[in-house]
Formats: sequence, C-alpha cells, structure tokens
Amino acid sequence: MKTTALTDLHISLGAKMVPFAGYNMPVQYAGVNAEHDTVRNAVGVFDVSHMGEFILKGEHALDLIQKVTSNDASRLVDGKIQYSCLPNGKNGIVDDLLVYRIDEKTYMLVVNASNIQKDWDWIAQFNEWDVEMKDISDRTSLLAVQGPHAAAALQSLTDIDLKSMEYYSFKKGTFAGINNVVVSATGYTGAGGFEIYADNAHARAVWDAVFAAGEPYGIKPIGLAARDTLRLEMGFCLYGNDIDDTTSPLEAGLGWITKLTKQFIGSDLLREQKQQGVTRKLVGFEMLERGIPRHDYPLVDEQGTVIGKVTSGTQSPSLKKAIGMGYVSIAYAKEGSEIYVLIRDQKVRARVVKMPF
Amino acid sequence: MNFPSELKYTSDHEWIRVEGGEAYVGITEFAQRELGDIVYIDINTVGDEVAEGQVFGTVEAVKTVSELFMPVSGTVLEVNSELDASPELVNTDPYGKGWMVKIAIADISSIGTLLSSEDYAAQVGA
Repeated sequence: MKTTALTDLHISLGAKMVPFAGYNMPVQYAGVNAEHDTVRNAVGVFDVSHMGEFILKGEHALDLIQKVTSNDASRLVDGKIQYSCLPNGKNGIVDDLLVYRIDEKTYMLVVNASNIQKDWDWIAQFNEWDVEMKDISDRTSLLAVQGPHAAAALQSLTDIDLKSMEYYSFKKGTFAGINNVVVSATGYTGAGGFEIYADNAHARAVWDAVFAAGEPYGIKPIGLAARDTLRLEMGFCLYGNDIDDTTSPLEAGLGWITKLTKQFIGSDLLREQKQQGVTRKLVGFEMLERGIPRHDYPLVDEQGTVIGKVTSGTQSPSLKKAIGMGYVSIAYAKEGSEIYVLIRDQKVRARVVKMPF
Repeated sequence: MNFPSELKYTSDHEWIRVEGGEAYVGITEFAQRELGDIVYIDINTVGDEVAEGQVFGTVEAVKTVSELFMPVSGTVLEVNSELDASPELVNTDPYGKGWMVKIAIADISSIGTLLSSEDYAAQVGA
C-alpha cells in the first residue's frame, strides 16, 4: 500500500487508518462528528496528498485541455482555477478535476487519487500536439486547511494576503519559510479555507508550522470520514459514488461545467442528450422518517416501484438529520417530491430538497 | 482496549453479561471504535425468540451500519430506551449505560461456548 509523506505522523497521532485509493489514509482522529464541527466552526487540516497532480506545458497545452475537459478553460487567467470534468465520449465521466492556469502555456490538473493512471492514459491518448505532460503526484503533498478561521490561522506563515484571495484562485509563494508553495483558495468542505501544495520533502515542516500557527484557533487534524460528511452537506459530487463512467454531467447537475458552446470529447452526444432532455437526475433528499440512506440502497415510489438509487448518504452532523444524494427518474426530480428509500426491506419516507442541504 | 473479564464475547463483537437466567447484551469497545459516532440503534425484536447468531437489530453510525447478532439463543425482553435520546452512550460507555438489549437465555449452558475476554482480545489483536 502507498503512503503519504505524513502517514507515520497520522499513526503516531492515533488516527484510525484505512486503505483508500491504494493509500494508507487517516479516516478518523477524535471522531467524525467532532472533526466535522471543527471544520464548520473553526479550522481543521486534512492530508489529501493522495490526490493526483499533472503539469501540462507547451504551446498547445490549452488545446489539449479544451479537447478533454467539459468546462471552458480558455476563460481562465493566470492564477485562476476551474472545476471541470473529463467526459468519456459515451455520456459518462472519466473523472472530475480542477484546472489551474499557472501561465498561458502551463497548467496543473488535480485529479482523484483512484483515477491517476486512468486519467493520465485518457488524456495522453488525445495529446496530438505533443504537449509536455508530467505526473508530479508522487512527489507532491497536499494539505487542505479548511474552516472559517483558516485565513487567520495561516496568515502569519506567508506574505500572500490570504483574506483577499478570491475563491478558486491561487498564488505561488513562500509559506512557512519554504519557497514555491502553491496556496489555493479551494476545498471540498464548503467551510472556506486553503489547499497547500508542497514537495514531499517539506510536508512535515508545513504541517508543523500550520499546527503551531493554528493553535490559538483550535486547529485539529481531520480524517477522510469528516471530509465526506462535509462535502455531502454541500452537495458536492464524489467520483465513484455520485458520478462515474455511466453518469453524464448533465444528469449529475454539472451542466454548469459543461460548456456545449465548445467542441470536446463527447460534446456532440452531450448536446444531443441536452436537446432530448435527461431521463434521470442526481438529486439531494432528506429523510422524513428515521433511517439513514447508504450508497446503493434503492429509491422507490409509494407503490414500491424502483425509481432510482442512493449514491451517497449519511447522518448530517451539522443538520442533525439524515441526508442523501441519488439518481431518480425525472418525474421525481423536482424539489419537494416525496420518495422512499428502501432500508432493510422497509420503505422509509424522504423528500427531494435543494442542495446545499 | 478494555474488555472486562466478567463478560463473555462473540466473534461478531457483542458482549453479554449474565445475571441469573437473564442477560444484558451490547457491543464491545473495539466495535464502537470501528463504527465511529453512533446515531441510533434500531431494534424491533422485543418479545421475539431469536436464535444464536441471528440478527436482533442494527446499529447505525454516521459513516456505516452494522447488524447486531444474538450471542446465545433467547427472548429479547427489553431495549435500552435511554439510547433513543443518547445513542452516544454506546461510544462513551459500551459496557455500562450503552447496553442494548436485555434477554432471557434459552439454555444457560450455551454461555460456555462464548469467548472469554482474553480470547476476544486476542482475536481483535488488542
């Protein structure tokens, strides 16, 4: 199993470790509810070094990105980031990703850990321009410092003015005395904060500096379990759960990152799907009766006929109620629709609601 | 990890405390740690005879769900109603206030086949 530069540290801190995407990762430290609350109300740190990073460089880097991604990367300027996805040409999704524009000819793509090889192979096959591609995943550490106090907690470590950074922008600079650190105003929690990219050699120094600076703000390490409850409360998709090779971005509510004004892999099929209208949609729902929806539980109507299935579900630590996401037939996709989750052969009432929850 | 020696254990991570012909049943410290923060306990078998190894309920945690298995055959007499309002008692006091059901044991000799605290500790590597 692969490790991050901080795996031993997590173990020494008493984290419960689990295999995730081939890496030995911390799933929990103090408990998922407490960690979740730390991020919503104060500031917490995730080691997400398992994520993949590719550098694309060259005259035609943008052409390659435009061809393989659904969003319009030509609208990026230096220092800006875009959420996007790699359509698979069959109305499915290879992966979702972030596109960073470093300069006109240099971009960084940040992809899911479980898809690093798959994405690399996928993108490489369309590289008709010989754009230089570099996979820096194995030498890059990534810490997500998330929560309302993140900017205040980190400001003493850098000259970059953190408070003034726009969401989905990044800066390269000195951080905790280390040069060439990328500080990115992004995250997967909806709580605000930053993601910090540094070489593995500096990972421990960055971690220690972040915890020292964050101490007055109650900073804590946070595991992947809370990362999942935090993202689900926001209605953010998780690849492999809510989106995959069989779900189209239009079905998944990712029309806003699917720019059909440009040509890209699978754009014709997606245009067709948009014209005809999707037959199912990813929705958020909350339970009206006691029960917690889990991945793959069937969604049914009042008669018990299957209308879809749950893709993600949990007890929401912030809302103190059970919430979920799932695909339903279009007739049930409207906000307020009553649906049922089949939990251990029992129909349990739920209602389609707007996301974020 | 704490596995009190006066209790008996199953390889499915339940404990049982025998008091005469009756017994209290819950899940072990190891089990609650594996599950994480517990949200509620779903038990609809009060009054039922449930055979050893059969499901008497489920425990729902934030991240996962797990079935609860009878350590020995018996009748479910009572569910710990305190867990309705305070399911976290299973996390904080798994062998005390976090008990789940009280049962009438069908055959008291069946207790002999359960694991001792040493055997259970060895099984979970604690």
